[in-house]
Amino acid sequence: MDNALALLERHGSESRIIAGGHSLLPMMKLRLARPEVLIDINDLGDLSYVRRDGDELCLGAMARHRDLLNSHEAGTLFPILHDAERVIADPIVRNRGTVGGSICQADPSEDLSAVFAALRATAVIGSSKGTRKVAMDDFHIGPYSTAVGPAEMLLEVRIPVQHGSGSAYEKVERRAGDWAIAAAGAALRVEGGSVSYAGIGLAAVGAEHFRCARAEASLLGQRASEESFSEAARLVSESVNPVADQRGPEDYKRHLAGELTLRALRRAAARAEGQGG
Amino acid sequence: MTSTIEAPEANPIGFGRMKRKEDPRFVRGQGNYVDDLQLPGMLYGAVLRSTLPHARIVSIDTSAAEAHPKVKAVITGKTLETLNLAWIPSLSHDVLAVLATDKVRFQGQEVAFVVAEDRYSARDALELIEVEYEPLDPVIDAKQAILPGATVIRDDIAGKTDNHIFDWEAGDKAATDAVFAAAEVVVTQDMLYPRVHPAPMETCGAVADMNKVTGKLTIWCTTQAPHAHRTLYALVAGLPEHQIRVVSPDIGGGFGNKVGIYPGYVCSVVGSILTGKPVKWMEDRSENLMSTSFARDYHMHGEIAATREGKITGLRVRVLADHGAFNNTAQPTKFPAGFFHIFTGSYDLQAAHCAVTGVYTNKAPGGVAYACSFRVTEAVYLVERMVDCLAGELGMDPAELRMKNLLRKEQFPYTCKTGWVYDSGDYPRALELAMEIAGYDELRREQAEKRKRGELMGIGISFFTETVGAGPKKHMDILGLGMADGAEVRVHPTGKAVVRLSVQTQGQGHETTFAQIVAEQLGIPPLDIDVVHGDTDNTPFGLGTYGSRSTPVSGAAVAVAAQRVRDKARIVASAMLEVSPDDLEWEKGRFFVKGDPSASKTIQEIALGAHGTVELPEGVEGHLDADCVYDPPNLTFPFGAYICVVDVDRGTGVVKVRRFIAVDDCGPRINPMIVDGQIHGGLADGVGMALMEVIAFDKEGNCLGGSFMDYLLPTSLECPSWELGMTVTPSPHHPIGVKGIGESATVGSPPAVVNAVLDAIGVRHADMPLTPAQVWRAMQGTPLRTDLAIE
Ligand SMILES: Cc1cc2nc3c(=O)[nH]c(=O)nc-3n(C[C@H](O)[C@H](O)[C@H](O)COP(=O)(O)OP(=O)(O)OC[C@H]3O[C@@H](n4cnc5c(N)ncnc54)[C@H](O)[C@@H]3O)c2cc1C
Repeated sequence: MDNALALLERHGSESRIIAGGHSLLPMMKLRLARPEVLIDINDLGDLSYVRRDGDELCLGAMARHRDLLNSHEAGTLFPILHDAERVIADPIVRNRGTVGGSICQADPSEDLSAVFAALRATAVIGSSKGTRKVAMDDFHIGPYSTAVGPAEMLLEVRIPVQHGSGSAYEKVERRAGDWAIAAAGAALRVEGGSVSYAGIGLAAVGAEHFRCARAEASLLGQRASEESFSEAARLVSESVNPVADQRGPEDYKRHLAGELTLRALRRAAARAEGQGG
Repeated sequence: MTSTIEAPEANPIGFGRMKRKEDPRFVRGQGNYVDDLQLPGMLYGAVLRSTLPHARIVSIDTSAAEAHPKVKAVITGKTLETLNLAWIPSLSHDVLAVLATDKVRFQGQEVAFVVAEDRYSARDALELIEVEYEPLDPVIDAKQAILPGATVIRDDIAGKTDNHIFDWEAGDKAATDAVFAAAEVVVTQDMLYPRVHPAPMETCGAVADMNKVTGKLTIWCTTQAPHAHRTLYALVAGLPEHQIRVVSPDIGGGFGNKVGIYPGYVCSVVGSILTGKPVKWMEDRSENLMSTSFARDYHMHGEIAATREGKITGLRVRVLADHGAFNNTAQPTKFPAGFFHIFTGSYDLQAAHCAVTGVYTNKAPGGVAYACSFRVTEAVYLVERMVDCLAGELGMDPAELRMKNLLRKEQFPYTCKTGWVYDSGDYPRALELAMEIAGYDELRREQAEKRKRGELMGIGISFFTETVGAGPKKHMDILGLGMADGAEVRVHPTGKAVVRLSVQTQGQGHETTFAQIVAEQLGIPPLDIDVVHGDTDNTPFGLGTYGSRSTPVSGAAVAVAAQRVRDKARIVASAMLEVSPDDLEWEKGRFFVKGDPSASKTIQEIALGAHGTVELPEGVEGHLDADCVYDPPNLTFPFGAYICVVDVDRGTGVVKVRRFIAVDDCGPRINPMIVDGQIHGGLADGVGMALMEVIAFDKEGNCLGGSFMDYLLPTSLECPSWELGMTVTPSPHHPIGVKGIGESATVGSPPAVVNAVLDAIGVRHADMPLTPAQVWRAMQGTPLRTDLAIE
């Protein structure tokens, strides 16, 4: 680890970390990325954990998609993680692609970014000078750009565990293994019949920080009901900024963001109820 | 009659389920593809491609590339002009730029070719070539391209003032107009069969090796038609044909993509001539998707006429055919729209007429490719969609409407209104069987119940008639080469055999099927029969594998050659048994004396005798071999009835194909397992085209389908477990009655899927691909134009 950080310090922006390589190598093949130096962190086995640490679930940057999918604990605490992982790419990509690579790639369609946004996760970033914590909202600066500096590396993602909460992820793709046309994740905590926590994460629809703060706010203090969910979904449809591409026109994506939010909220609420929340 | 996965027979001596002989090498990674070839001193080529769809070339500066230490040659259109190779004849009365000289006419067009010591340096050097372009208006929308005043793409053609390529028609216009004028019901529908791509797993490539000492040029190439390629190289480049050897080793899928000659092949040859070294060129995935033969791109305007009771009386269609920048569709010369005029489909009509207009656009050339039987795909889609539109208009069940209009068994051979003579069929039986397997009435009941609950379920039918096995020499040729194929069968002294074919497998299982054809005729086990193909030095002439023609044409040649071997074997056996040939009776694998079955000679004994000292009758030569050139008297007409069941998510537009029932009739099945495999593949193709595959272009002329992230192919998760059924109606004019199966499912399945989806959402028409966005938009009444960028 120290070596990796030292190399980063030495080579700076000429270098690129390579994790699973599933985003970086295709870009290099297309000659879109032309790093002079590759720093391979695949041997940093001590970064590939998925484990609970007190009130947080910690995912090492080198945890593969597969590790997340195989973690019973992660799936039980946050069903949204397994929902999402089942529809990220295909098994071949999931065997190699990592949590760190996913969110550092910062593709606007990245599913885990939406999931972590809904769960209010925190990124832990390290350099030879030490570590710092960055909230998800501040992690993504824009498309393909993050708070991780040239001499820094993402070390882990920490997700706060909330008792009595439920979560779910809904994605529509043109074909299995494709990136989302739109995707929505929801995390809900219901206390005494009313919503005490709401996270709505969105991928591929141009949502600021992969979230919809307006819709989240609309749910707080409300009953977890079809009515409040529909209202949140409506707000999502209204607030997102999807761009037309071959996956679909803007009006469809806007509609889909709302529809999937509604479905995710329903399932998250049902799961929260199952938790006795 | 539904086929489940049946175990193969161990070793049928003749027809029957058996595992493919070629598979052990493929499943063990021992296949030998063009890119596996390594020759001493081999160099590597790479193609510089146009980034713009339409631009004048002001200048090309190759000096920096030439200065690259590992670069051996840089070839441009100028180099080729000196060899008279900058342009070559296309497959359709046009010319095709090998490397652009005057203008680039589509994004991805070949502009220069670099030969270097390794692949990476060749690619690096491409970036050192400086091309100055003067951009021109891109002409992307076929409907705009044909209008007067559109920017002229082909100003290389003297006097050309528009983008029009050809007008072609079939059927009786006056009679059809009269039927329409008198019709009780007329339904009109515009539809697009979008541009799709064959996307074979192996991309195109070649290794060219010009031996300066012997003067012999060997080209290992991804070709479906090695002999046709060799003759074309001889005709175009002026190389002596006996000094050219084209080898098509293992081919990783063709689907029509590997019929034509691509600029990369020609450049590899020129590169080898210039450097004196073998040159390998292998395109990457994006190059394959962006520049090689696409398929379809037919804008169709269909009209169907009928009585109120649902008797279809006429069909009329106008087509605007987008052929891209060069007219390079591969089809028999006299048929610029391929066999589109089979669009009357499987129905008994009074009159029909079609008019097709070809148009140039700034898109990659091609047109006939992707398992389409020369545009039968477009034809079947048109008629099967029109029939569903009519059913909707009449409020009739689409199965009932089809049943009412299908040709009857007694009508065969049937001459359709555009001139095809359908050989044989029992259409109603096939549809009945498909409906039986599907449980059609029960499905309709379920659909009605679901509708009440607001759930969307759809049932789609398609009935297709294919026309394959091109074709009779008197009507069909490609660049003057008649579409007949040769075959040679030779039995070795020990009774093993070799059969040499003119056609080339790309995954169809020829090494097994053709051995079984010989086995059926001679009683020699298929495993004892070597199938040689794909090498012009070792096989008889023929036009190759496409349009489902291998078994109908070459299969006939092989069967006849084997029958001739058997005739000869009878004479040899008669000499060995000292009886008259007429006194012998054949039982698979041996001749015996009539009335005395114990007096017999096996084919193996006969083979040894034929090569031994047995005294043969006057005029009978020794050895046991024969050949045949088969000129088909007519095409063959496989057919089938397909039913697709889908569920559509109302909120998202997502389509789930729940079931797919395919009843196929391709005549007798040589290897039913291979036939099933061909159908499975074609059905997956059909689901892909119906739901996700398309190459669209944006306003600037950028190709939007240039990678597998953009051009989606279906996976097992989009495919249901196929439910297959069959009927068997032999072709009366074919030596073994077989009709071809390679493209039936690709041709027949897209309309079944589309009809099912539209049935589910209650919308008359929306163009493929029916992506979630398109389905949702169709439900809103605002379907997308799928050939253009989504905005
Ligand atoms: C066919 C295909 C389909 C896909 N479909 C989906 C999908 O549906 N949904 C989805 O969300 N994703 C999808 N992906 C992306 C997949 O999740 C990738 O694996 C992921 O984006 C990148 O992870 P990686 O480990 O391979 O990263 P790499 O390619 O190794 O790296 C990606 C980027 O992150 C940087 N990086 C990696 N690790 C670190 C670190 N620890 N600290 C700082 N920077 C780092 C690299 O330098 C590089 O810039 C798909 C990928 C493919 C190839």
